[in-house]
Amino acid sequence: MPNSRIKMPESAAAGESIEIRAMIMHPMENGFNFDSQGTTIPVHIITDFVCTYDGTEVVRVQLQPGLSANPYFSFYLTASRSGSVDFRWTDQDGTVTTNSALLQVT
Amino acid sequence: MLGCASSSAADSTASGAPRSGYSYLSEETRRLQDDDFANPGMLWVQKGEELWTQSSGPAAQSCQSCHGRARDTMRTVATRYPLYSPELGRVINLEQQINRCRVSRLKSSALAYESEDLLALTAFISHQAKGLPVDVRVDGPAAASFARGRAFFYQRRGQLNLACANCHERYVGFRLHGETISQGQINGFPIYRELWQTMGSTHRMFVWCNEAVRAEPYPLGSQEYIDLELFERWRARALPIETPAVRR
Repeated sequence: MPNSRIKMPESAAAGESIEIRAMIMHPMENGFNFDSQGTTIPVHIITDFVCTYDGTEVVRVQLQPGLSANPYFSFYLTASRSGSVDFRWTDQDGTVTTNSALLQVT
Repeated sequence: MLGCASSSAADSTASGAPRSGYSYLSEETRRLQDDDFANPGMLWVQKGEELWTQSSGPAAQSCQSCHGRARDTMRTVATRYPLYSPELGRVINLEQQINRCRVSRLKSSALAYESEDLLALTAFISHQAKGLPVDVRVDGPAAASFARGRAFFYQRRGQLNLACANCHERYVGFRLHGETISQGQINGFPIYRELWQTMGSTHRMFVWCNEAVRAEPYPLGSQEYIDLELFERWRARALPIETPAVRR
């Protein structure tokens, strides 16, 4: 499973807008590169990124080959209830990487 | 031939104080390096932290079994490498020391040069020394290696017949196509290079530079590059370690 990093506050006041940051280590090969032998390196990308908050989907991104390596997403979420924020990256082969953090709403 | 602009662009520090590659970066790239989350090199540092505690080999030992917490014991290590090894009778770099530990202490396998795991461990250990000045020994038993490294730096090579010093000493601050020529300091390695879209070691950079002047590069981890690395580290003495630095 590729290495992923997330950053968000552990707690927030109800109604507060919090910044969420997520990054994953991935080459995002676009299919236009060659190795040292001159052979084309096939496309190898992450196709989907989904973030759910307490079971509800809040962000869904479809990635394309034009995106650079190690995709990094940053977005805002309105805190309403305590719950788990789950991150899920799916690559073209179906390999799934997950990460999650708990948000305490006071 | 070099496409150098007017001499007014010349850097006044060309022959003076060392200047980190950081100071040649755009505002955006500097921000990326300074942000401990957005800096993509931190992915490798995080991976290295995992590897530090991960058991390997038949004795199921990890780096941590001997060295303890890296934040306590590895604080100054990266400032001293490349370092003369009395056992081997030659100067070795941090990557080679990591592999020596893996083979002799963990009884595990050596990691391939430029592999993700070796880059991660090197980045993690170097990151512990972030902010500390580079401080390598170039006297005593390391003197011969240092002299060879210096000779490499001033030796013209390749079809373009350029030495490292031609660009990174003589023409520092001039323009080469869209770039400003830097001093070529290596205080931030391993670096996340935007061109490569990944992490790279000093030796990968040396290979890249050698190929850029159309010279036959030496193998990664070769003694020629270790010697050059020692000389380059000495050039960067007193510059703070920036690992993981972000470069174009």
